Amino acid sequence: MSEPIKHRSTTKMVPYPSESIVPERDLGKTPVLETRHLGIDFGGLKAVEDFNLTIGRTEIAGLIGPNGAGKTTVFNLLTKVYEPTTGTVLINGRDTKGMNIVQASHLGIARTFQNIRLFSNMTVEENVRVGLHNQVKYDMFTGILRLPRYWKQEKKQHEQALELLSLFDMQSLADEVSGSLPYGMQRRLEIVRALATNPSLLLLDEPAAGMNPHETEELMETIARIRDQFQIAILLIEHDMSLVMGVCEGICVLNFGKVIAKGTADEIQSNPLVIEAYLGKRKEANA
Amino acid sequence: MSMKKKTFLMTAVTFAVVIAAFIICQVLIENKLMSRALRGQLIPICCYIVMAVSLNLTVGISGELSLGHAGFMSIGAFSGIVLAAWLKARFPELSDLARLLMAIVCGGLFSGVAGVLIGVPVLRLRGDYLAIVTLAFGEIIRNILNLVYFSLEGATLHASFNQPVLPGKFVYNGPAGAQGVTKIATFEVGFALVLFTLLVVFNLVNSRSGRAIKAIRDNRIAAESVGINVTKYKMMAFVISAVLAGMAGALFGLNYSTLQASKFNVDASIQVLVFVVLGGLGSILGSVISATVLYVLPEMLREFAQYRMLIYAVILILVMVLGNNPTLRGIVNRVGESLRGKNRKGDKAA
Ligand SMILES: Nc1ncnc2c1ncn2[C@@H]1O[C@H](COP(=O)(O)OP(=O)(O)OP(=O)(O)O)[C@@H](O)[C@H]1O
Ligand SMILES: [Mg+2]
Repeated sequence: MSEPIKHRSTTKMVPYPSESIVPERDLGKTPVLETRHLGIDFGGLKAVEDFNLTIGRTEIAGLIGPNGAGKTTVFNLLTKVYEPTTGTVLINGRDTKGMNIVQASHLGIARTFQNIRLFSNMTVEENVRVGLHNQVKYDMFTGILRLPRYWKQEKKQHEQALELLSLFDMQSLADEVSGSLPYGMQRRLEIVRALATNPSLLLLDEPAAGMNPHETEELMETIARIRDQFQIAILLIEHDMSLVMGVCEGICVLNFGKVIAKGTADEIQSNPLVIEAYLGKRKEANA
Repeated sequence: MSMKKKTFLMTAVTFAVVIAAFIICQVLIENKLMSRALRGQLIPICCYIVMAVSLNLTVGISGELSLGHAGFMSIGAFSGIVLAAWLKARFPELSDLARLLMAIVCGGLFSGVAGVLIGVPVLRLRGDYLAIVTLAFGEIIRNILNLVYFSLEGATLHASFNQPVLPGKFVYNGPAGAQGVTKIATFEVGFALVLFTLLVVFNLVNSRSGRAIKAIRDNRIAAESVGINVTKYKMMAFVISAVLAGMAGALFGLNYSTLQASKFNVDASIQVLVFVVLGGLGSILGSVISATVLYVLPEMLREFAQYRMLIYAVILILVMVLGNNPTLRGIVNRVGESLRGKNRKGDKAA
């Protein structure tokens, strides 16, 4: 494992073709994600329009915007839940046109869901083992006949699952039924399950939802640690600005399906368009 | 108790119950304490346990509704009967046991092929198409079986479709079904088939493939997002289920001297589904017990046999209402909890 990457405030962001920025350290390498003019219509409603984003190999990026801006829709486009109406998505340089969710996963993209989607009748460890499905393999007959390889691979799965759970100190919960966990634990388990697929890009949809400030702080540290340890890129959607500003290097702001700003945390915080988008929303809410 | 221990305990208990039941039956038979009527039910009971457990793999563990399980059973039954008859003519030196085992394997194979043929187009689709297609399959296979004829002329097998004129002696005679079958099914082989089924299903469920199957049932999109090939694992569950049903069918078919395809109608499929639902979706032990009890009861109480479907319907409705009514469920839970609480106190005192 290479040295941990320095804190984000020291990250120098540099322009990248296709109207984007990536960390300087990632410049020579193929970006994990590149979208060009990405867009989708839902029967006339342009939920996302002309969305261009590039994410460096080891970048932690943020996707923010008011409710209904189209953030989750972007995740669904990247993971091929929806086929885009316009534009392209490149994962690790490969065009994902016509691919399905499973094929996108094989390219190295993994995600969590805003409305948690665990295998809720299965245990915590089983959930992670399902995440390891394509990492620690053996076929059906080996499993039914319990050949020596079955025992070997099961042991490997068990060890890897516990090691991944230890990221969030969840080893002691391994045998609990996942659906009975508290909300925050379920969110953490989703992150662990996604990581188990050995992705190069991890998408987190509101990972801090329902967490208190202390837990959010901890989550922020873990996210940075995951990036350092696994040397992967992370794109997160979050409403908690302390988390976004604290951990994200490049930030992209969506409003009504369109990108209204892109930049570092400092640039975003002082961008008048962003302030207006959020304040405008607050005014409406107060009215 | 942890989930893992519970799973292990459930497996152990299931095998223990089945083995104990077998030993008790053997002792009763040895000492001539079992009625003729019940003795005659032992092999069908084994068949229906295998049917229920295998259907539970599709419905309870994979989460797909199948309404044509008896169709697979009939394919197994009649392919097994024809093979056994042919083997007897062609290889007279073969023992009955060898013929029975070969017929069971053959029944499983044919039924498995049918499972693949249905699964490939249907399981690719999203939505509950399997229920509709398996329902149709059960009916279609029954109608086809009314139109095929097999006969043996010495050791030569003749077959025809829609033409009841064949040389030699009929083995399978269209609407009249299989005739003159030598009953070679034994309770011991039935018991072995039950053990085999339990082993396959338990080992599958607790393996990488089984976890993929359960994951798809629990959340399809999440399973896809971690890279699981949904069609492949749905197929796996469905085809294994069909193979086991075919094996049960072959054993069943070789337990009667005559057998018609009309025995494997929708009612028969629904009956197996009732075993599974009442035993509990996903609960293997539940399927074993409910198949046994619900199969034996009506057969024992002959005079009520005609009300069987009615009683099933009533019980099924009650279970649905009870399962979905929060007040009733609350009462059941409270009773269950207080009982469990008492047990726990008892444990401490001991
Ligand atoms: N499958 C769909 N069909 C039709 N409209 C959709 C669909 N999915 C999303 N939308 C619409 O697209 C818009 C963007 O939704 P999206 O869920 O992406 O917002 P979001 O930015 O994630 O919001 P939030 O912060 O509330 O999660 C909304 O107006 C939503 O109603
Ligand atoms: Mg959202």
